[in-house]
Amino acid sequence: MYETNYTRAKDVSDAAKQLRAADDGKYISGGMTLLPTMKQRLAAPSDLIDLTYIKGMGDIKVSRKEVTIGANATHAEVATNAKLMKVCPSLCELASHIGDPHVRNRGTIGGSIANNDPAADYPSAMLALGATIVTNKRKIKADKFFTDLFETALAEDEFVKAVSFTAPKKGAYAKFPSPASRYAMAGVFVADHGGTKAKRDIRVGVTGASSGGVYRAKDMEKALAKSFSVDALNGCKVDANDMLSDIHGSSAYRANLVMVMAKRAVAAAS
Amino acid sequence: MGKQGIGAPVLRKEDKRFLTGKGKYTDDMKIAGMHYAAFVRSPHAHAKIKKINIKAASKMPGVAAVLDGKQLTGDGIGNIICGWMVHSKDGSPMNMGAWSAMATEYVRYVGDAVAMVVAETQEQAVAAAEAVDVDYKVLPAVVSAVDALKKGAPQLHPEAKNNLIFDWEIGEEAATDAAFKKAANIVEIDIRNNRLVANPMEPRSALVQYDAAEDHYTLHTTSQNPHVARLLLSAFYQVAPEHKLRVIAPDVGGGFGTKIYVYPEEIACLWAAKRAGVEAIKWTSTRSEAFLTDAHGRDHVSTAKMAFDKNNKILGMKVDTIANLGAYMSLFSSATPTYLYATLLSGQYNIPNVHANVRTVYTNTVPVDAYRGAGRPEATYIMERMMTTAARQLGVDPAELRRKNFITSFPHQTPVIMCYDAGDFGVSLDAAMKASDYANFEKRRKSSKRKGKLRGIGMSCYIEACGIAPSAAVGSLGAGVGLWESAEVRVNPVGTVEILTGSHSHGQGHETTFAQLVSDRFGLPAENIQVVHGDTDKVQFGMGTYGSRSGAVGMSAIEKALDKVEVKAKKIAAHVLEASEGDIEIKDGEVMVKGTDKKLLWHEVCLAAYMAHNLPEGMEPGLKEGAFYDPANFTFPAGCYICEVEVDPDTGVTTIEQFVAADDFGKIINPMIVEGQVHGGLAQGIGQALLENVVYDDEGQLISASYMDYTMPRADDLPNFKISTTETLTPSNPLGIKGCGEAGAIGSPPAVINAITDAIGNNDLTMPASPQNVWAAIQAAE
Amino acid sequence: MANLEITINGKATSATVEDRMLLVDYLRETRNLTGTHIGCDTSQCGACVVHVDGKAVKSCTMLAAQANGSEVKTIEGVAGDGQLHPMQEAFHKNHGLQCGFCTPGMVMAGIDMVNRLGPKLSETTIRAELEGNICRCTGYHNIVKSIAAGAKAMGKGMKKAAQ
Repeated sequence: MYETNYTRAKDVSDAAKQLRAADDGKYISGGMTLLPTMKQRLAAPSDLIDLTYIKGMGDIKVSRKEVTIGANATHAEVATNAKLMKVCPSLCELASHIGDPHVRNRGTIGGSIANNDPAADYPSAMLALGATIVTNKRKIKADKFFTDLFETALAEDEFVKAVSFTAPKKGAYAKFPSPASRYAMAGVFVADHGGTKAKRDIRVGVTGASSGGVYRAKDMEKALAKSFSVDALNGCKVDANDMLSDIHGSSAYRANLVMVMAKRAVAAAS
Repeated sequence: MGKQGIGAPVLRKEDKRFLTGKGKYTDDMKIAGMHYAAFVRSPHAHAKIKKINIKAASKMPGVAAVLDGKQLTGDGIGNIICGWMVHSKDGSPMNMGAWSAMATEYVRYVGDAVAMVVAETQEQAVAAAEAVDVDYKVLPAVVSAVDALKKGAPQLHPEAKNNLIFDWEIGEEAATDAAFKKAANIVEIDIRNNRLVANPMEPRSALVQYDAAEDHYTLHTTSQNPHVARLLLSAFYQVAPEHKLRVIAPDVGGGFGTKIYVYPEEIACLWAAKRAGVEAIKWTSTRSEAFLTDAHGRDHVSTAKMAFDKNNKILGMKVDTIANLGAYMSLFSSATPTYLYATLLSGQYNIPNVHANVRTVYTNTVPVDAYRGAGRPEATYIMERMMTTAARQLGVDPAELRRKNFITSFPHQTPVIMCYDAGDFGVSLDAAMKASDYANFEKRRKSSKRKGKLRGIGMSCYIEACGIAPSAAVGSLGAGVGLWESAEVRVNPVGTVEILTGSHSHGQGHETTFAQLVSDRFGLPAENIQVVHGDTDKVQFGMGTYGSRSGAVGMSAIEKALDKVEVKAKKIAAHVLEASEGDIEIKDGEVMVKGTDKKLLWHEVCLAAYMAHNLPEGMEPGLKEGAFYDPANFTFPAGCYICEVEVDPDTGVTTIEQFVAADDFGKIINPMIVEGQVHGGLAQGIGQALLENVVYDDEGQLISASYMDYTMPRADDLPNFKISTTETLTPSNPLGIKGCGEAGAIGSPPAVINAITDAIGNNDLTMPASPQNVWAAIQAAE
Repeated sequence: MANLEITINGKATSATVEDRMLLVDYLRETRNLTGTHIGCDTSQCGACVVHVDGKAVKSCTMLAAQANGSEVKTIEGVAGDGQLHPMQEAFHKNHGLQCGFCTPGMVMAGIDMVNRLGPKLSETTIRAELEGNICRCTGYHNIVKSIAAGAKAMGKGMKKAAQ
């Protein structure tokens, strides 16, 4: 690892101030992606500004169906939060399969979505849940937040403070992990937000599979809006040309996995 | 058997230090003034080194030296050798290319060491290594052995035309061809045995201390055989003469073959300590470095044919294999795909004619050598995929086809060198079929089908040769060393016992099992017995641990030494007790005159030996005996494995529903430890079958270069194993031990693949049966 | 440079180290607690698992500075006075270790499992919860057995303590 300076931000404004003062600073919370990258000498931030000591930024608040999860909430905390479990168990389920138990004790929801790894789980949920990403500067709709592989709408000194969303009527996440890394090779989050009879609000977020990163499967959403059933997906197609390909899964295999996971998520949500 | 004697499941003596974090592995050690080494490695699979610029790196903080391959060879450090001479069928010796610990002119695989930095801290060494500027002329590379033999392929070594190291054969080709002409049926299969990385959890490490005043070196290293390492480092690599080099292999965190060899890093660090004028240098591999530098395993491509008569009796077997040895010939690389492989191509079957041809090939990949099983898994995979494929094509039950062709009388001379001394293959097959409820499988298949899952069952009847080996026999086949083992039993004046062994434990539990031999012999409690190993200053020369040889060969040496101790102790007791030597019996820590109440306590006899006040006429004082044991034959562990799987046709995911192992290891000293060895072997074999695979791209970049892409078996990939053993003793050694370390890895891959191909109804499936590969095979079958 | 104040196995430690120093290096190099091992560089093998403020973490993927002010427990701090912890004892009795290299991480993971999920652990749960710990020797068979037995023993201990 290259040399770096580590400091703990006292509060939100202190964090941004420190980042602006640094040559090439980076925010860190759990560091579950950043530190391995630095260990491989693939990243060399001059400064690490630790966000985890900012008060209140890890709280999980649930009020009726309204959910706000502080960016510093670890995967373990999201997975086991009793209030969240009542209104949005699918997100708890998703969090309970990120990384491994030790990683879940350190990794945070804020870090995961800010990094936007194409194989990360949370981004698919943010899209499907229609979440709002709350930063130290503004609120960004999830649809506008994830811009490309490892790219988000965050500005240089901007960081995720929290995510908020209205819990769906029902939802589920189905993931096919890579045999080696256990990251998602295809992860599909399906959420039924109700809506009117004429216009049912179904959202489907897909991660791990596409060469463009996390995306919403609009044709699946349409099909499921007509009929929220596994069979409804039979008419949908996943184009293998849009899929990633690596030693664990060709694009054709990934396309198949997206469909299978979508069906499993629908079955689990039904 | 006593509570701590032969056959007892004695809990391990070595556990406590490991459980409390007090194990002492090489990287745990620190020495005042210790420097750290980091290596500059080639990023290219094949290139000419034009220039190495060390200027910037040399000036970096903490840097004591930046050294390269030309300096190393210039100081007379010898090339790394392959220790087993194999001749091509035309009689010519193998074409071995030069391998210097650091490259001088050419780099031949990604990871090939080019230069090294010695610095005060690890971070400084790594930073300076990064600053070494190497100018390469990149050359075309070839990674597949089949491609490397093709016309126009990039050439790796001037010594090996067309990258061919040797073209070797075994068995009678003409007779085999004649047998095939009489065949009623011929079954043919193409087999790829996937390339693997051994991945012991402890990465390799070397800690060199150099005493300038004495011109003496001490090397702590992650070795399975420290004496052999010292011999190589002295006699062949010219680092230091043997008496000026102490090699210690302390606690070693797993080996699986990959820690047999002396690697470039150990040679370079030893040399660099003196050259750079530092007292000590430590180098510890990162896991990423391990993927690029630890010897890989397997990597064969074969075509096999088997001829049957009209009664489904086997008439002959023909195999043509191309083995990838990587960029350089590692220590046992020539023996692994020849004498450790093709000699097992008769399997458990009576096959009158066998012929195999093996071509070994250089490629721009990490050197390939022995990995758990070494050659025998490759042979077993061919035999047992063949038997199941044949059963399917001939329309008979796979178990019955095997049974019909089993060897049933011993000794049995195969057409490929081996003479099986003992075995009972039917017993293992019956045991496995019973334990797996083979008879009711079709019911289970139906119930899986109702859930939308595909269920399959597969078996594998393996035989292996271990306990290597009679030294004269391996010598005649080209081995550069003898493969005996040594032991010394030191009885102290107070009656405690130290066993000094040339075997090396890196997880096998020798500190417990070797002590059990002494407990069994003299009735001493385990806590009074200490096993000493892994230090060339303490232990007489030994050959180390690999090839499941520590029981069959290492323990036999201990038995021989114990025989001598027993004889002397009895003589002393007879003398003191004024009895006849033949009437003395040693039992439960007492030395008594049979049928009388006359006795001495064990420690009284020991003390008498050292006091030497009253010894028989002419007897030397003391009670310490050594022995060297050279095996009379290989041993032949064998067994039957049955695997039952369920496949999810939507995703191609295979779940192992049950795995049954019925093994015959001969005499078992500690069943708990033997079971543990089987578990570990099975996990590695199932890992090969389902998960593990080394992948290079066409440019020779390693794609599966970390645990992010190389699938290590994890707890949720594996089932609980159902295992049982029978004890058909081998007559070839005093204890009747056959060996158990590799069986699991040897026998399991074909059982898994036979099960999956049964489930999906497509016999054409390559290892690893990853979800993607199984899914594709299902698609292809539809 | 980071001025560290970390309590390790109940003992206060302090040191000034580089900010980039990993917790595992602080334990192994600075404090000579070499029971915590490094088996990979991609945060997967779990040989480096320790407890920070009661939670299992991979000490190879945490800066020592991040653990500043925390309480760290390593394998060296698990056993009582000359007495193995029930989880350690269970690994011994069930032959849950061979080469011993992954063992400290396995024991720390096993204890953490019981702390989170209680003393009754099914085989399936244990296997799933071991996702972050790789062993190459045992095939996991006896590790799973060991953790189940260790959990049970820890449960008995908890019950006793409650009474």
